[in-house]
Amino acid sequence: MADLSTEVGGIKSPNPFWLASAPPTDKEYNVVRAFKAGWGGVVWKTLGEAGPPVVNVSSRYGAVHIGEQRIFGLNNIELITDRPLEVNLREIKKVKKDWPDRAMVVSLMVPCEEEAWIKILKEVEDTECDGIELNFGCPHGMSERGMGAAVGQVPEYVEMVTRWCKTHTNMPVLVKLTPNVTSILGPAGAAKAGGGDGVSLINTVNSITSIDLDLMAPTPTVDGKGSHGGYCGPAVKPMALHMCAEIARNAGTAGLPMSAIGGISNWRDAAEFIALGAGTTQVCTAVMHYGFKIVEDMIDGLSDWMDQKGYEKISDFQGLAVPNITDWQNLNMNYEIVAEIEQAKCVKCGLCHIVCEDTSHQAISAERIDGERKYSVIDDECVGCNLCMHVCPENCITMRKVDNGKDYMNWTQDPRNPFSTAAE
Amino acid sequence: MTQSRDIAAGRCEAIALAKAFGDLHSPLTDQQAFNEASRCFYCHDAPCLEACPTSIDIPGFIRRIATGNATGAGRTILDSNIMGATCARVCPVEELCEEVCVRNTGDHKPVTIAQLQRHATDALFEAGMQPYTREAETDKKIAVVGAGPAGLACAHRLARYGHEVTVFEAKPKAGGLNEYGLAAYKMPDNIAQREVDFILSVGGINLETGKALGDELTLDQLRNDYDAVFLGLGLGAVNALGLEGEEVDAIKDAVDYISDLRQADDLMSVAVGRRVIVIGGGNTAIDAAVQAKRLGADEVTLVYRRGPEQMGATGFEQDLAQTNGVVIRHWAKPVAIKGENGSAVEMTFEATQLDGKGRLEGTGATFTLAADQVFKAIGQAFDAAPLQGGAAPEVSGGRIVIDETRRTSLGNVYAGGDCVAGQDLTVSAVEDGKVAAKAMHLELTKGTS
Ligand SMILES: Cc1cc2nc3c(=O)[nH]c(=O)nc-3n(C[C@H](O)[C@H](O)[C@H](O)COP(=O)(O)OP(=O)(O)OC[C@H]3O[C@@H](n4cnc5c(N)ncnc54)[C@H](O)[C@@H]3O)c2cc1C
Ligand SMILES: Cc1cc2nc3c(=O)[nH]c(=O)nc-3n(C[C@H](O)[C@H](O)[C@H](O)COP(=O)(O)O)c2cc1C
Ligand code: SF4
Ligand code: SF4
Ligand code: SF4
Repeated sequence: MADLSTEVGGIKSPNPFWLASAPPTDKEYNVVRAFKAGWGGVVWKTLGEAGPPVVNVSSRYGAVHIGEQRIFGLNNIELITDRPLEVNLREIKKVKKDWPDRAMVVSLMVPCEEEAWIKILKEVEDTECDGIELNFGCPHGMSERGMGAAVGQVPEYVEMVTRWCKTHTNMPVLVKLTPNVTSILGPAGAAKAGGGDGVSLINTVNSITSIDLDLMAPTPTVDGKGSHGGYCGPAVKPMALHMCAEIARNAGTAGLPMSAIGGISNWRDAAEFIALGAGTTQVCTAVMHYGFKIVEDMIDGLSDWMDQKGYEKISDFQGLAVPNITDWQNLNMNYEIVAEIEQAKCVKCGLCHIVCEDTSHQAISAERIDGERKYSVIDDECVGCNLCMHVCPENCITMRKVDNGKDYMNWTQDPRNPFSTAAE
Repeated sequence: MTQSRDIAAGRCEAIALAKAFGDLHSPLTDQQAFNEASRCFYCHDAPCLEACPTSIDIPGFIRRIATGNATGAGRTILDSNIMGATCARVCPVEELCEEVCVRNTGDHKPVTIAQLQRHATDALFEAGMQPYTREAETDKKIAVVGAGPAGLACAHRLARYGHEVTVFEAKPKAGGLNEYGLAAYKMPDNIAQREVDFILSVGGINLETGKALGDELTLDQLRNDYDAVFLGLGLGAVNALGLEGEEVDAIKDAVDYISDLRQADDLMSVAVGRRVIVIGGGNTAIDAAVQAKRLGADEVTLVYRRGPEQMGATGFEQDLAQTNGVVIRHWAKPVAIKGENGSAVEMTFEATQLDGKGRLEGTGATFTLAADQVFKAIGQAFDAAPLQGGAAPEVSGGRIVIDETRRTSLGNVYAGGDCVAGQDLTVSAVEDGKVAAKAMHLELTKGTS
């Protein structure tokens, strides 16, 4: 079994699977169940300052379902914890004491005033937790109070609050980033400049999951009205991967420790983020869909895969994909692939044909041979777009590399490019 | 020595009976329908569509179910097959659409097209929707003889084109075998009449029940009084065993028995023997056997002269018989009957086999079964008598001859359904009626517009 222990921004964890700050980590009861199930760490549900009450509405989640698979994307309009601060702190301290080997990170969100941060930092230090995560991401409710995304979208604020925290505590500081920005590099760079020990990303994406056509109102609907919420789950994973990749491959932020979040549902998802450099991963929607037990498969799935690949520890493959993320202009224009149908597996649904015919390059012919349907790729017409492969419900299309004998040539070198640097 | 007949009604308790004759397949819930619809790949050039005799746009209607557009799904079905509701319940789908569903290959289980079809047509009926309107009325009058699937499908399409249709039906109720023949547990909740009402509700169709061609009506007269005639007569005759003693009261045609059962107001009043023999290997035989068993017969033995592969009944039907406790004896044919009116009968069967040339022959070995009731289901035949007494369409091989537009040898006379050659199925009858209506319409409106 591979060694799954890992570390992010100075916070150690027996495995890379944490629960993200959210309802699953809202109280002792849940967190203890999570640790029993095998989760390596938790980011406790975001704490706010004592005093102004946080009150949630009834009807809080919306979801996008695809086919029989429920919850492809989840949206919520919940706020930070609505439990008293001292209760949370007491429970955090107790759980950390009982589970010393697990990572206990406490998520915080208080108003943008240094005093408020100093006050809560002292209270949190007393729990002997392993670190804090600054919630600069919550896109609804709290942002209307000038917190969460309202801070996270302004790099100067991110840097300022991060610096306050680094100044007033010795606990490792992770800065949780909102994806609701045009470039993630601004806030990520600010977190680094402020001295943050790492970043957690992504928080939820601004969203409306659906409109109830009877009520003529967005869902979740609260007494006839709805508001935008935060989107998460498998649907957001591609955005999260992109943002992690941007941080990992840009000089200003490269090497910044990352705790990756966004649509992670299984070991494979987690491994992808680690391949982009993440030290730990965080999960919310997947456990809200299936419960804590999914970590069992995450652990042995990742471990078996690492064994098969010959990776002994997490750092052996951490970041390995980063060098392969490049700009489009560096891609090899001479690389050629064509679709290939494994006829023995083909069930003749005709989808590959109709999509290529209607929407791509008319590169799959439809014939009847003695009454039997036959779909075949016309190699000369195929541009290697992959559409048919993705559409085929029986997974019987692969893309075959064409050996055209041509050398690497990117767009900047391509004679077809008017700005090409290649010699004519 | 003959025993008295043990035949009685009410062998089961009313509750058990109601259950036995309730829905064979319970309808899908919305969630089940959605899940099943999600299994459909939405094939291009879909094999299922091609295998449907009425060419229902199966991927099109299933996708509509998956998007929550069940009424649109229902309309898509009825556009091609106005009896989509009955077909969903009785089509031998394992030999039609579901047999060729591409999900048989990877998943080893077809999309349950028929159940989805039922879900969609039920939704349309429940919504009380009338999807069809009639085009402007023409001055054409058309006579349809027989209110079975063929006749009604034809009448509906013609009425939509704006023609005025009169349907002459010998029986007191319309629906043909939907009403009088199909197994009761496939057609519960009066679906046959609900469907007939729906078809007639489009307007422009006058239904004249109790009027038979051949009695006071002649084909000559109809051809004279109407612009065109459609014959959807079904099969009016049944094959006989050709054995002495066949007329005793314990022996009955299966179709008559099923018809009585379908028409009974109370199944508790339908008498069934303690020991029942059914002779035949088609749907009718299976239906008679299963219904006899469900009515409470102790022993039901179905005897067929060939093997399971040659049975007209589908594998599903054969399994249904067996899971209902019907004993099927293959490779035996009846050779003698002993009994008289009021008594049980003893039937002697001779074992059969194929000779070197693949023909059936008796082996000489015999066995005897006693029965309180015997149902003959060895095939029905077209009865051409109603066509006689004037110009009659050509009949060959025992069925009315038609071309691909369903036109007979008489210019303005069309025919379809069981009375013409082809598969004797509800769905094929509907297709015939639909195709004939289109051809008649084209013919009648030629030169106009
Ligand atoms: C017991 C049984 C079970 C069956 N089960 C199935 C099944 O599960 N699935 C399936 O697909 N098919 C089944 N079939 C076959 C199916 O019922 C027929 O193929 C279908 O009904 C044929 O339709 P049709 O309109 O041609 O004839 P019919 O349904 O027979 O209708 C003919 C109509 O014409 C009327 N008629 C006849 N002569 C005259 C006349 N001279 N004047 C006026 N009216 C007249 C009749 O009264 C009848 O109403 C079954 C048949 C039987 C007998
Ligand atoms: C109901 C709900 C409440 C959440 N509350 C918080 C929160 O209090 N603090 C926070 O930083 N993130 C919060 N999140 C965001 C999650 O921590 C996480 O960043 C996001 O759900 C993406 O991960 P996922 O795709 O695994 O769900 C919440 C998410 C959900 C679904
Ligand atoms: S890869 Fe693209 S172009 Fe080639 S056959 Fe498939 S869909 Fe058509
Ligand atoms: S999509 Fe796949 S299964 Fe369907 S016809 Fe094409 S190759 Fe065959
Ligand atoms: S063959 Fe099966 S999967 Fe394909 S369209 Fe028909 S029902 Fe759907």
